[in-house]
Amino acid sequence: MSDVLRRWLAIWSRNALVWRKSARTALLGGFAEPLFYLFALGYGLGTFIGEVAGVSYIAFLTAGILSTSAMNAATFEGLYLAYTRMEVLKTWDGMLAAPLSIADVVMGEVLWMGTKSLISASLILIVAAGFGLAKGWLALWVLPVAFLTGVCFGGMALVVTSFARSYDFFVYYITLGITPMVLLSGVFFPLESLPEPIRIGSACLPLQHVVGLIRPLVAGQADPSMLGHLCVPAVFAASSITLAVWRFNRRLVQ
Amino acid sequence: MRAKIGVVPQADNLDPDFTVVENLRIYGRYFGIKRAEIECRIPELLSLAALEEKVDCRINQLSGGMRRRLSITRALINSPELLILDEPTTGLDPQIRQNIWQLLRQLQNGGLTIILTTHYMDEAERLCGRIILMDHGRILADQTPEALVRERIEPHVLEVHGTDLRAWQQAHPLDRPIRCEQLGETWFYYGDNLEELVKSLDAWPSLRYSYRPANLEDVFLKLTGRELRDV
Repeated sequence: MSDVLRRWLAIWSRNALVWRKSARTALLGGFAEPLFYLFALGYGLGTFIGEVAGVSYIAFLTAGILSTSAMNAATFEGLYLAYTRMEVLKTWDGMLAAPLSIADVVMGEVLWMGTKSLISASLILIVAAGFGLAKGWLALWVLPVAFLTGVCFGGMALVVTSFARSYDFFVYYITLGITPMVLLSGVFFPLESLPEPIRIGSACLPLQHVVGLIRPLVAGQADPSMLGHLCVPAVFAASSITLAVWRFNRRLVQ
Repeated sequence: MRAKIGVVPQADNLDPDFTVVENLRIYGRYFGIKRAEIECRIPELLSLAALEEKVDCRINQLSGGMRRRLSITRALINSPELLILDEPTTGLDPQIRQNIWQLLRQLQNGGLTIILTTHYMDEAERLCGRIILMDHGRILADQTPEALVRERIEPHVLEVHGTDLRAWQQAHPLDRPIRCEQLGETWFYYGDNLEELVKSLDAWPSLRYSYRPANLEDVFLKLTGRELRDV
Protein backbone atom coordinates (compact mmCIF):
# COMPACT_ATOMS: atom_id res chain seq x y z
CA MET A 1 0.00 0.00 0.00
CA SER A 2 2.72 2.45 0.97
CA ASP A 3 4.42 1.70 -2.34
CA VAL A 4 1.25 2.52 -4.27
CA LEU A 5 0.91 5.75 -2.35
CA ARG A 6 4.56 6.54 -3.00
CA ARG A 7 3.96 6.22 -6.77
CA TRP A 8 0.87 8.43 -6.66
CA LEU A 9 2.72 11.02 -4.62
CA ALA A 10 5.61 11.07 -7.10
CA ILE A 11 3.15 12.27 -9.75
CA TRP A 12 1.31 14.51 -7.32
CA SER A 13 4.50 16.23 -6.24
CA ARG A 14 5.53 16.88 -9.83
CA ASN A 15 2.31 18.81 -10.41
CA ALA A 16 2.57 20.51 -7.04
CA LEU A 17 6.04 21.81 -7.90
CA VAL A 18 4.82 23.20 -11.23
CA TRP A 19 1.92 24.88 -9.44
CA ARG A 20 4.19 26.40 -6.80
CA LYS A 21 6.27 27.99 -9.53
CA SER A 22 3.32 29.84 -10.98
CA ALA A 23 1.20 30.09 -7.83
CA ARG A 24 0.61 33.81 -8.14
CA THR A 25 -1.16 33.65 -11.51
CA ALA A 26 -2.81 30.37 -10.61
CA LEU A 27 -4.28 31.89 -7.47
CA LEU A 28 -5.62 34.88 -9.34
CA GLY A 29 -7.81 32.70 -11.52
CA GLY A 30 -8.78 30.14 -8.93
CA PHE A 31 -9.41 32.50 -6.04
CA ALA A 32 -9.82 36.14 -7.01
CA GLU A 33 -12.36 35.51 -9.75
CA PRO A 34 -14.84 33.53 -7.64
CA LEU A 35 -14.58 36.17 -4.93
CA PHE A 36 -15.44 38.92 -7.42
CA TYR A 37 -18.58 36.98 -8.30
CA LEU A 38 -19.39 36.32 -4.68
CA PHE A 39 -19.25 39.95 -3.64
CA ALA A 40 -20.60 41.51 -6.82
CA LEU A 41 -23.58 39.19 -7.09
CA GLY A 42 -23.92 38.69 -3.35
CA TYR A 43 -24.14 42.36 -2.44
CA GLY A 44 -25.33 43.67 -5.82
CA LEU A 45 -28.15 41.21 -6.48
CA GLY A 46 -28.54 40.57 -2.77
CA THR A 47 -29.98 44.06 -2.22
CA PHE A 48 -32.88 43.25 -4.53
CA ILE A 49 -33.33 39.68 -3.41
CA GLY A 50 -33.14 40.07 0.32
CA GLU A 51 -33.25 36.71 2.07
CA VAL A 52 -33.10 33.30 0.44
CA ALA A 53 -33.94 30.14 2.37
CA GLY A 54 -33.76 32.04 5.60
CA VAL A 55 -30.30 33.61 5.09
CA SER A 56 -28.97 36.72 3.31
CA TYR A 57 -28.39 36.16 -0.42
CA ILE A 58 -24.62 36.51 -0.08
CA ALA A 59 -24.55 33.86 2.66
CA PHE A 60 -26.62 31.62 0.38
CA LEU A 61 -24.30 32.30 -2.54
CA THR A 62 -21.14 31.58 -0.51
CA ALA A 63 -21.81 27.84 -0.54
CA GLY A 64 -22.54 27.93 -4.29
CA ILE A 65 -19.34 29.78 -5.07
CA LEU A 66 -17.29 27.43 -2.88
CA SER A 67 -18.76 24.44 -4.70
CA THR A 68 -18.35 25.78 -8.22
CA SER A 69 -14.77 26.95 -7.63
CA ALA A 70 -13.85 23.53 -6.28
CA MET A 71 -15.44 22.03 -9.38
CA ASN A 72 -13.81 24.50 -11.79
CA ALA A 73 -10.32 24.16 -10.32
CA ALA A 74 -10.34 20.39 -10.88
CA THR A 75 -12.15 20.58 -14.22
CA PHE A 76 -9.65 23.04 -15.70
CA GLU A 77 -6.74 20.96 -14.44
CA GLY A 78 -8.25 17.72 -15.76
CA LEU A 79 -9.04 19.14 -19.19
CA TYR A 80 -6.51 21.70 -20.35
CA LEU A 81 -3.53 21.03 -18.14
CA ALA A 82 -3.81 17.24 -18.21
CA TYR A 83 -4.18 17.33 -22.00
CA THR A 84 -1.07 19.50 -22.22
CA ARG A 85 0.87 17.06 -20.08
CA MET A 86 -0.33 14.12 -22.14
CA GLU A 87 -0.11 15.43 -25.72
CA VAL A 88 2.07 18.54 -25.76
CA LEU A 89 4.74 18.08 -23.11
CA LYS A 90 4.59 14.26 -23.19
CA THR A 91 5.13 14.30 -19.44
CA TRP A 92 3.07 11.15 -19.09
CA ASP A 93 5.28 9.32 -21.60
CA GLY A 94 8.22 10.03 -19.33
CA MET A 95 6.31 8.71 -16.33
CA LEU A 96 5.26 5.60 -18.22
CA ALA A 97 8.88 4.89 -19.17
CA ALA A 98 9.54 4.66 -15.43
CA PRO A 99 7.94 1.87 -13.40
CA LEU A 100 4.56 3.69 -13.21
CA SER A 101 1.29 2.47 -14.70
CA ILE A 102 -1.59 4.36 -16.28
CA ALA A 103 -3.55 3.75 -13.07
CA ASP A 104 -0.74 5.42 -11.10
CA VAL A 105 -0.72 8.39 -13.44
CA VAL A 106 -4.51 8.80 -13.27
CA MET A 107 -4.55 8.47 -9.47
CA GLY A 108 -1.62 10.87 -9.01
CA GLU A 109 -3.34 13.37 -11.31
CA VAL A 110 -6.74 13.00 -9.66
CA LEU A 111 -5.27 13.44 -6.17
CA TRP A 112 -3.60 16.59 -7.41
CA MET A 113 -6.91 17.84 -8.81
CA GLY A 114 -8.49 17.21 -5.42
CA THR A 115 -5.69 19.27 -3.90
CA LYS A 116 -6.30 22.13 -6.34
CA SER A 117 -9.95 22.20 -5.32
CA LEU A 118 -8.92 22.09 -1.68
CA ILE A 119 -6.60 25.09 -2.13
CA SER A 120 -9.23 27.08 -3.97
CA ALA A 121 -11.95 26.33 -1.41
CA SER A 122 -9.66 27.06 1.57
CA LEU A 123 -8.82 30.53 0.32
CA ILE A 124 -12.44 31.41 -0.41
CA LEU A 125 -13.48 30.00 2.95
CA ILE A 126 -10.91 32.16 4.76
CA VAL A 127 -12.19 35.31 3.06
CA ALA A 128 -15.82 34.28 3.60
CA ALA A 129 -15.11 33.64 7.30
CA GLY A 130 -13.46 37.05 7.50
CA PHE A 131 -16.73 38.59 6.32
CA GLY A 132 -18.73 36.50 8.76
CA LEU A 133 -20.22 34.38 5.97
CA ALA A 134 -19.02 31.05 7.34
CA LYS A 135 -20.05 30.26 10.87
CA GLY A 136 -18.36 28.02 13.39
CA TRP A 137 -15.79 25.25 13.21
CA LEU A 138 -18.17 22.97 11.35
CA ALA A 139 -17.39 25.02 8.24
CA LEU A 140 -13.95 23.39 8.20
CA TRP A 141 -15.67 20.21 7.00
CA VAL A 142 -16.07 22.08 3.71
CA LEU A 143 -12.41 21.28 3.02
CA PRO A 144 -12.63 17.48 2.77
CA VAL A 145 -15.81 17.92 0.74
CA ALA A 146 -13.92 20.24 -1.60
CA PHE A 147 -11.21 17.60 -1.95
CA LEU A 148 -13.79 14.97 -2.87
CA THR A 149 -15.34 17.44 -5.32
CA GLY A 150 -11.94 17.84 -6.95
CA VAL A 151 -11.40 14.09 -7.21
CA CYS A 152 -14.89 13.66 -8.68
CA PHE A 153 -14.69 16.43 -11.29
CA GLY A 154 -11.02 15.74 -11.95
CA GLY A 155 -11.88 12.13 -12.81
CA MET A 156 -14.76 13.23 -15.01
CA ALA A 157 -12.56 15.75 -16.82
CA LEU A 158 -9.92 13.07 -17.41
CA VAL A 159 -12.53 10.87 -19.10
CA VAL A 160 -13.32 13.78 -21.44
CA THR A 161 -9.59 14.35 -22.02
CA SER A 162 -9.14 10.70 -22.91
CA PHE A 163 -11.41 11.26 -25.94
CA ALA A 164 -9.96 14.66 -26.89
CA ARG A 165 -7.96 15.20 -30.10
CA SER A 166 -7.52 18.94 -29.51
CA TYR A 167 -8.33 21.62 -26.97
CA ASP A 168 -11.48 22.57 -28.92
CA PHE A 169 -13.15 19.37 -27.81
CA PHE A 170 -13.42 20.65 -24.23
CA VAL A 171 -15.90 23.35 -25.24
CA TYR A 172 -18.55 20.64 -25.68
CA TYR A 173 -18.09 19.37 -22.16
CA ILE A 174 -18.03 22.82 -20.60
CA THR A 175 -20.97 24.20 -22.58
CA LEU A 176 -23.16 21.12 -22.52
CA GLY A 177 -22.06 19.60 -19.21
CA ILE A 178 -20.57 22.00 -16.72
CA THR A 179 -22.58 25.16 -17.44
CA PRO A 180 -26.06 23.55 -17.25
CA MET A 181 -24.94 21.68 -14.15
CA VAL A 182 -24.06 24.96 -12.41
CA LEU A 183 -27.50 26.33 -13.27
CA LEU A 184 -29.31 23.20 -12.08
CA SER A 185 -27.44 22.64 -8.83
CA GLY A 186 -28.74 25.35 -6.53
CA VAL A 187 -25.66 27.52 -6.86
CA PHE A 188 -27.36 30.86 -7.59
CA PHE A 189 -30.93 30.09 -6.56
CA PRO A 190 -32.63 27.37 -4.50
CA LEU A 191 -33.53 24.13 -6.24
CA GLU A 192 -37.12 24.64 -5.16
CA SER A 193 -37.51 27.37 -7.80
CA LEU A 194 -36.98 24.80 -10.56
CA PRO A 195 -39.99 23.05 -12.15
CA GLU A 196 -40.66 19.65 -10.60
CA PRO A 197 -39.59 17.41 -13.57
CA ILE A 198 -36.29 19.27 -14.00
CA ARG A 199 -35.64 19.09 -10.29
CA ILE A 200 -36.12 15.34 -10.23
CA GLY A 201 -34.10 14.85 -13.40
CA SER A 202 -31.20 16.91 -12.13
CA ALA A 203 -30.96 15.01 -8.83
CA CYS A 204 -28.20 12.84 -10.25
CA LEU A 205 -25.87 15.80 -10.90
CA PRO A 206 -22.87 15.58 -8.58
CA LEU A 207 -22.56 19.34 -8.12
CA GLN A 208 -26.08 19.49 -6.66
CA HIS A 209 -25.01 17.17 -3.87
CA VAL A 210 -21.76 19.04 -3.29
CA VAL A 211 -23.84 22.18 -2.76
CA GLY A 212 -26.17 20.12 -0.57
CA LEU A 213 -23.23 19.28 1.67
CA ILE A 214 -21.42 22.60 1.66
CA ARG A 215 -24.42 24.89 2.24
CA PRO A 216 -25.37 23.56 5.70
CA LEU A 217 -21.69 23.24 6.70
CA VAL A 218 -21.02 26.89 5.85
CA ALA A 219 -24.03 27.84 7.93
CA GLY A 220 -22.64 25.83 10.83
CA GLN A 221 -25.20 23.04 10.64
CA ALA A 222 -24.73 19.32 10.20
CA ASP A 223 -26.93 16.30 10.55
CA PRO A 224 -26.51 12.63 9.61
CA SER A 225 -28.99 12.88 6.73
CA MET A 226 -26.38 14.92 4.85
CA LEU A 227 -24.18 11.85 4.48
CA GLY A 228 -26.46 10.67 1.69
CA HIS A 229 -25.19 13.57 -0.42
CA LEU A 230 -21.68 12.09 -0.26
CA CYS A 231 -22.73 9.07 -2.30
CA VAL A 232 -23.34 10.77 -5.65
CA PRO A 233 -19.94 12.53 -5.97
CA ALA A 234 -18.23 9.42 -4.56
CA VAL A 235 -19.87 7.17 -7.17
CA PHE A 236 -19.06 9.64 -9.95
CA ALA A 237 -15.45 9.77 -8.71
CA ALA A 238 -14.98 6.01 -8.56
CA SER A 239 -16.62 5.26 -11.88
CA SER A 240 -14.95 8.09 -13.79
CA ILE A 241 -11.52 7.12 -12.46
CA THR A 242 -12.08 3.51 -13.53
CA LEU A 243 -13.26 4.61 -16.94
CA ALA A 244 -10.35 7.04 -17.34
CA VAL A 245 -7.81 4.33 -16.52
CA TRP A 246 -9.40 2.01 -19.09
CA ARG A 247 -9.59 4.74 -21.73
CA PHE A 248 -5.99 5.94 -21.29
CA ASN A 249 -4.75 2.36 -21.33
CA ARG A 250 -6.37 1.99 -24.73
CA ARG A 251 -5.17 5.35 -25.96
CA LEU A 252 -1.61 5.44 -24.66
CA VAL A 253 -0.43 1.90 -24.07
CA GLN A 254 -2.04 -0.38 -26.63
CA MET B 1 11.72 -4.53 -15.95
CA ARG B 2 11.30 -0.79 -16.48
CA ALA B 3 13.29 -0.17 -13.31
CA LYS B 4 16.39 -1.49 -15.12
CA ILE B 5 15.85 0.32 -18.41
CA GLY B 6 16.47 3.93 -19.40
CA VAL B 7 14.45 5.36 -22.29
CA VAL B 8 15.30 8.46 -24.33
CA PRO B 9 12.45 9.41 -26.70
CA GLN B 10 13.05 11.08 -30.03
CA ALA B 11 11.41 14.33 -28.91
CA ASP B 12 12.64 15.59 -25.55
CA ASN B 13 9.99 15.41 -22.86
CA LEU B 14 11.85 17.36 -20.22
CA ASP B 15 9.66 19.48 -17.96
CA PRO B 16 9.93 23.03 -19.30
CA ASP B 17 8.75 24.53 -16.00
CA PHE B 18 11.63 23.00 -14.11
CA THR B 19 15.33 23.71 -13.83
CA VAL B 20 17.95 21.19 -14.88
CA VAL B 21 18.38 19.79 -11.38
CA GLU B 22 14.61 19.68 -10.72
CA ASN B 23 14.15 17.63 -13.87
CA LEU B 24 16.59 15.03 -12.57
CA ARG B 25 15.13 15.10 -9.06
CA ILE B 26 11.48 14.69 -10.09
CA TYR B 27 12.32 11.99 -12.62
CA GLY B 28 14.20 10.04 -9.97
CA ARG B 29 11.07 10.04 -7.81
CA TYR B 30 9.13 8.27 -10.57
CA PHE B 31 11.49 5.34 -9.99
CA GLY B 32 10.96 5.44 -6.25
CA ILE B 33 14.61 6.26 -5.62
CA LYS B 34 15.25 7.67 -2.16
CA ARG B 35 15.85 11.41 -1.95
CA ALA B 36 19.35 11.04 -0.51
CA GLU B 37 20.29 8.61 -3.25
CA ILE B 38 18.98 10.96 -5.95
CA GLU B 39 20.94 13.88 -4.51
CA CYS B 40 23.98 11.62 -4.49
CA ARG B 41 23.58 10.77 -8.17
CA ILE B 42 22.84 14.27 -9.42
CA PRO B 43 26.43 15.65 -9.45
CA GLU B 44 27.62 12.59 -11.35
CA LEU B 45 24.87 12.95 -13.96
CA LEU B 46 25.43 16.69 -14.29
CA SER B 47 29.10 16.19 -15.00
CA LEU B 48 28.29 13.46 -17.53
CA ALA B 49 25.96 15.90 -19.29
CA ALA B 50 28.53 18.71 -18.84
CA LEU B 51 25.76 20.84 -17.36
CA GLU B 52 27.32 21.66 -13.96
CA GLU B 53 27.15 25.37 -14.80
CA LYS B 54 23.49 25.16 -15.77
CA VAL B 55 22.08 23.45 -12.68
CA ASP B 56 19.52 26.15 -11.98
CA CYS B 57 18.72 27.11 -15.56
CA ARG B 58 15.27 26.46 -16.91
CA ILE B 59 14.96 24.07 -19.83
CA ASN B 60 14.09 26.82 -22.33
CA GLN B 61 17.40 28.51 -21.53
CA LEU B 62 19.32 25.45 -22.74
CA SER B 63 20.51 24.82 -26.30
CA GLY B 64 19.25 21.82 -28.27
CA GLY B 65 22.41 19.86 -27.55
CA MET B 66 22.23 20.55 -23.82
CA ARG B 67 18.62 19.38 -23.73
CA ARG B 68 19.56 16.19 -25.54
CA ARG B 69 22.41 15.53 -23.12
CA LEU B 70 20.09 16.18 -20.19
CA SER B 71 17.47 13.83 -21.67
CA ILE B 72 20.08 11.10 -21.98
CA THR B 73 21.50 11.55 -18.50
CA ARG B 74 18.00 11.84 -17.00
CA ALA B 75 17.34 8.35 -18.37
CA LEU B 76 20.35 7.17 -16.33
CA ILE B 77 18.97 8.32 -12.98
CA ASN B 78 17.94 4.75 -12.11
CA SER B 79 21.38 3.34 -13.06
CA PRO B 80 19.86 1.21 -15.83
CA GLU B 81 21.50 -1.84 -17.37
CA LEU B 82 20.04 -1.04 -20.76
CA LEU B 83 19.56 2.34 -22.42
CA ILE B 84 17.12 2.68 -25.32
CA LEU B 85 17.36 5.71 -27.58
CA ASP B 86 15.02 6.63 -30.41
CA GLU B 87 16.91 8.55 -33.11
CA PRO B 88 19.23 10.30 -30.65
CA THR B 89 20.71 12.85 -33.06
CA THR B 90 17.91 13.55 -35.52
CA GLY B 91 17.65 17.24 -36.32
CA LEU B 92 20.84 18.24 -34.49
CA ASP B 93 23.77 20.09 -36.06
CA PRO B 94 27.09 18.30 -36.76
CA GLN B 95 28.93 19.56 -33.66
CA ILE B 96 26.12 18.44 -31.37
CA ARG B 97 25.91 15.05 -33.06
CA GLN B 98 29.63 14.50 -32.48
CA ASN B 99 29.13 15.54 -28.89
CA ILE B 100 26.22 13.14 -28.34
CA TRP B 101 28.17 10.30 -29.95
CA GLN B 102 31.02 10.99 -27.58
CA LEU B 103 28.66 10.81 -24.62
CA LEU B 104 27.13 7.55 -25.83
CA ARG B 105 30.57 6.00 -26.44
CA GLN B 106 31.61 7.02 -22.96
CA LEU B 107 28.54 5.19 -21.60
CA GLN B 108 29.30 2.12 -23.71
CA ASN B 109 32.84 2.06 -22.37
CA GLY B 110 31.38 2.17 -18.88
CA GLY B 111 29.65 -1.14 -19.62
CA LEU B 112 26.14 0.09 -20.46
CA THR B 113 24.23 -1.78 -23.17
CA ILE B 114 22.66 0.60 -25.68
CA ILE B 115 19.92 -0.03 -28.22
CA LEU B 116 19.28 2.79 -30.61
CA THR B 117 17.17 3.34 -33.69
CA THR B 118 18.53 5.61 -36.38
CA HIS B 119 18.27 6.27 -40.08
CA TYR B 120 21.74 7.77 -40.18
CA MET B 121 24.03 5.02 -41.41
CA ASP B 122 27.13 6.89 -40.28
CA GLU B 123 25.72 6.96 -36.77
CA ALA B 124 25.03 3.23 -36.81
CA GLU B 125 28.51 2.51 -38.20
CA ARG B 126 30.16 4.60 -35.49
CA LEU B 127 28.24 3.44 -32.46
CA CYS B 128 26.94 -0.05 -33.03
CA GLY B 129 28.52 -3.43 -32.50
CA ARG B 130 25.54 -5.13 -34.08
CA ILE B 131 23.12 -3.78 -36.62
CA ILE B 132 19.65 -5.01 -37.42
CA LEU B 133 18.57 -3.51 -40.72
CA MET B 134 14.83 -3.22 -41.00
CA ASP B 135 12.55 -2.19 -43.84
CA HIS B 136 8.77 -1.96 -43.43
CA GLY B 137 9.01 -4.07 -40.28
CA ARG B 138 10.99 -6.84 -41.98
CA ILE B 139 14.50 -7.73 -40.85
CA LEU B 140 16.85 -7.62 -43.85
CA ALA B 141 20.14 -8.18 -42.08
CA ASP B 142 21.51 -8.75 -38.60
CA GLN B 143 25.31 -8.46 -38.46
CA THR B 144 28.20 -6.39 -37.26
CA PRO B 145 28.74 -3.24 -39.36
CA GLU B 146 32.08 -4.60 -40.63
CA ALA B 147 30.51 -7.90 -41.73
CA LEU B 148 27.65 -6.06 -43.41
CA VAL B 149 30.00 -3.97 -45.51
CA ARG B 150 32.30 -6.93 -46.20
CA GLU B 151 29.66 -9.48 -47.12
CA ARG B 152 26.71 -7.59 -48.46
CA ILE B 153 28.31 -5.26 -50.98
CA GLU B 154 31.26 -4.88 -53.35
CA PRO B 155 34.28 -3.22 -51.72
CA HIS B 156 34.37 -0.08 -53.89
CA VAL B 157 31.89 2.41 -55.28
CA LEU B 158 32.31 4.86 -58.13
CA GLU B 159 29.76 7.65 -58.39
CA VAL B 160 29.69 9.64 -61.65
CA HIS B 161 27.54 12.53 -62.80
CA GLY B 162 27.75 15.29 -65.40
CA THR B 163 26.44 16.33 -68.80
CA ASP B 164 28.79 14.18 -70.91
CA LEU B 165 27.96 11.01 -69.04
CA ARG B 166 26.41 9.28 -72.07
CA ALA B 167 29.36 10.09 -74.32
CA TRP B 168 31.80 8.79 -71.73
CA GLN B 169 29.86 5.58 -71.33
CA GLN B 170 29.86 5.03 -75.09
CA ALA B 171 33.57 5.77 -75.37
CA HIS B 172 34.44 3.38 -72.58
CA PRO B 173 32.13 0.39 -72.73
CA LEU B 174 32.53 -1.91 -69.75
CA ASP B 175 34.93 -4.76 -70.60
CA ARG B 176 33.52 -7.00 -67.87
CA PRO B 177 30.20 -7.18 -66.03
CA ILE B 178 30.14 -4.49 -63.34
CA ARG B 179 27.04 -3.98 -61.24
CA CYS B 180 25.73 -0.49 -61.81
CA GLU B 181 22.70 1.58 -60.90
CA GLN B 182 21.28 4.80 -62.20
CA LEU B 183 19.62 7.36 -60.00
CA GLY B 184 18.54 10.42 -61.93
CA GLU B 185 21.67 11.99 -63.42
CA THR B 186 24.05 9.88 -61.38
CA TRP B 187 25.47 6.44 -62.08
CA PHE B 188 26.85 4.14 -59.40
CA TYR B 189 29.37 1.39 -60.22
CA TYR B 190 30.20 -1.31 -57.69
CA GLY B 191 33.19 -3.68 -57.82
CA ASP B 192 36.47 -4.99 -56.41
CA ASN B 193 38.67 -2.84 -58.52
CA LEU B 194 37.39 0.03 -60.60
CA GLU B 195 40.79 1.77 -61.13
CA GLU B 196 40.62 1.47 -64.89
CA LEU B 197 37.20 3.03 -65.06
CA VAL B 198 38.37 5.83 -62.76
CA LYS B 199 41.44 6.45 -64.92
CA SER B 200 39.29 6.75 -68.02
CA LEU B 201 37.45 9.62 -66.34
CA ASP B 202 40.61 11.77 -66.32
CA ALA B 203 40.01 12.70 -69.94
CA TRP B 204 36.48 13.95 -69.15
CA PRO B 205 36.83 17.10 -67.06
CA SER B 206 33.11 17.84 -67.39
CA LEU B 207 32.24 14.74 -65.36
CA ARG B 208 32.33 14.80 -61.58
CA TYR B 209 33.01 11.59 -59.76
CA SER B 210 33.96 10.11 -56.43
CA TYR B 211 35.69 6.76 -55.94
CA ARG B 212 35.50 5.41 -52.42
CA PRO B 213 35.26 2.29 -50.30
CA ALA B 214 31.68 1.06 -49.89
CA ASN B 215 29.98 1.96 -46.63
CA LEU B 216 26.90 1.06 -44.65
CA GLU B 217 24.75 3.53 -46.54
CA ASP B 218 25.51 1.69 -49.79
CA VAL B 219 24.53 -1.59 -48.13
CA PHE B 220 21.31 -0.06 -46.88
CA LEU B 221 20.41 1.32 -50.29
CA LYS B 222 21.29 -1.98 -51.96
CA LEU B 223 19.07 -3.94 -49.60
CA THR B 224 16.14 -1.55 -49.49
CA GLY B 225 16.27 -0.02 -52.95
CA ARG B 226 16.76 3.56 -53.96
CA GLU B 227 13.17 4.62 -54.55
CA LEU B 228 11.71 7.28 -52.31
CA ARG B 229 9.91 5.82 -49.33
CA ASP B 230 7.41 8.52 -48.55
CA VAL B 231 4.48 6.87 -50.27
